[in-house]
Amino acid sequence: MADQPKTAEPARGGLSPRKRQQISRGIQYVVLVVALVAVALFADWGSLAQNFAKLDVARESLPELFTVALRNTIIYAVGGFVFSFVLGLLLALMRLSQVGPYRWIAIIYIEIFRGLPALLIFLMIVFMPLALSGFEVPGGTYGQGILGLGLIGAAYQAEVFRAGLQAVPKGQTEAARSLGMSATRAQITVVIPQAIRMVIPPTTNQFVALLKDSSLVFFLGVSGQYVELAKFGNDQASQHANATPILVAGITYLIVTIPLGYLASRLEGRKGRTR
Amino acid sequence: MTHAIELQDLHKRFGQNEVLKGIDLTVDPGQVVCVIGPSGSGKSTLLRCVNLLEQPTKGKVYVQGVELTDRDVDIDAVRRHIGMVFQQFNLFPHMTALQNVMIAQQRVLKRSKTDAEVIARENLDKVGVSDKCDSLPGQLSGGQQQRVAIARALAMNPDLMLFDEPTSALDPELVGDVLTVMRKLAEEGMTMLVVTHEMGFARQVADRVVFMDGGVVVEDGVPAQVIGDPQHERTRTFLHRVLHPEE
Ligand SMILES: Nc1ncnc2c1ncn2[C@@H]1O[C@H](COP(=O)(O)OP(=O)(O)OP(=O)(O)O)[C@@H](O)[C@H]1O
Ligand SMILES: [Mg+2]
Repeated sequence: MADQPKTAEPARGGLSPRKRQQISRGIQYVVLVVALVAVALFADWGSLAQNFAKLDVARESLPELFTVALRNTIIYAVGGFVFSFVLGLLLALMRLSQVGPYRWIAIIYIEIFRGLPALLIFLMIVFMPLALSGFEVPGGTYGQGILGLGLIGAAYQAEVFRAGLQAVPKGQTEAARSLGMSATRAQITVVIPQAIRMVIPPTTNQFVALLKDSSLVFFLGVSGQYVELAKFGNDQASQHANATPILVAGITYLIVTIPLGYLASRLEGRKGRTR
Repeated sequence: MTHAIELQDLHKRFGQNEVLKGIDLTVDPGQVVCVIGPSGSGKSTLLRCVNLLEQPTKGKVYVQGVELTDRDVDIDAVRRHIGMVFQQFNLFPHMTALQNVMIAQQRVLKRSKTDAEVIARENLDKVGVSDKCDSLPGQLSGGQQQRVAIARALAMNPDLMLFDEPTSALDPELVGDVLTVMRKLAEEGMTMLVVTHEMGFARQVADRVVFMDGGVVVEDGVPAQVIGDPQHERTRTFLHRVLHPEE
């Protein structure tokens, strides 16, 4: 940029580049103002407020919004996350194994669970007792939700871990092996801890994705004490014939997801500095 | 007397590239042998074959009379007694200097935490970085890192030490600290096989100097002979280039 010759830009139409930039920015502001005025004039503010921001409806959802719905969302997300973390690490190690069949199993798993819509996997869990002659997932609705989220999350987390494991320099393993550590010992003591540190930012993003996907337990037919935020918002909205609870549920998601997103990018930045 | 290291007709190829073309070499207990030679001549590969970081394609490697190339040998057990120091230090970046020196003692030699710590501190003191125990590798200079790496190897009570260009990644003013430590080790009678470009060190400390080129040992003898009065043209050319780099 700095070495761009000053004379390279011909002053088209007699306008300097600077002037043209000013005009362009002016036009953008005009369009924005026109759009805002149109929305303000044509939107039915009364009806919108009535349907999306009715305070007494919002208030009525109050203790349960946090004590049941958010709590369950967090249970599903954290449970699914722990599941996907452990299975994801195992799959990543299999994916990088010297033993062919381990590699193939990991590849097949990862391709299937990343290739299928999450909804379909939840529906499979719903119908599993039919297919497997009455097999029940332990832990009831929680178990089913965590299983579904964990199975899907593991496929993505495996790829995150694989990148992390591959980013640990080969010299680290060589140093560990030359101290007499076995291959397994070297992985556990030297390689995996470094890989985990490296994948903290993408893993935080994975957790946010999982938190949002926890709304899919909706399709497990949950009710009562098991409902999470999306289902809760939906139920309350039907009950009051009003959309406010959906907005409220949405805001509650954002209260959790936005700070986590920031955390992830902060961690990303810090990693950039220390390495 | 068994040799500390004995290589017999050692060959190593990577795909079509034959890097070692039949090396015969012995190092006796307490000896310091320096390996010199141009880049790509196979010096690192040779060193890495001694502790089987590379698997030789042909030939035999004996360490303390034990054949490492024997399929039945427990290589992890053998490596415990062979210290290795790398050009790039390869300290574990997620552990402090002290932990770096303790970890293999605890996990491999099964020493207690207290014993491991005492031995780690002794060795960090010996290499002159005892004030850096709690620093992470990233907070240390290259010279300090390399000395921690030497302490890490020494804490395992190795019978011999392999050094692969231990000072090549260092700023010139930090080279001396590391060479001083290595000189001290040599005086204490440590068996050392050292790949290096430090001719001063080789001349003063080595019992023998081995000149390698193109995957073979071209010349092997006392420093005064190999460095001072080389018999082969290739050795002379190499030494001339190393000792007079600006020409
Ligand atoms: N893992 C490997 N796979 C393929 N080729 C390799 C591998 N390691 C080394 N080589 C090749 O073997 C040859 C010798 O390498 P080596 O590192 O032993 O040389 P060197 O004498 O140590 O050189 P330098 O002074 O540059 O360190 C080089 O041509 C290198 O490309
Ligand atoms: Mg080398």
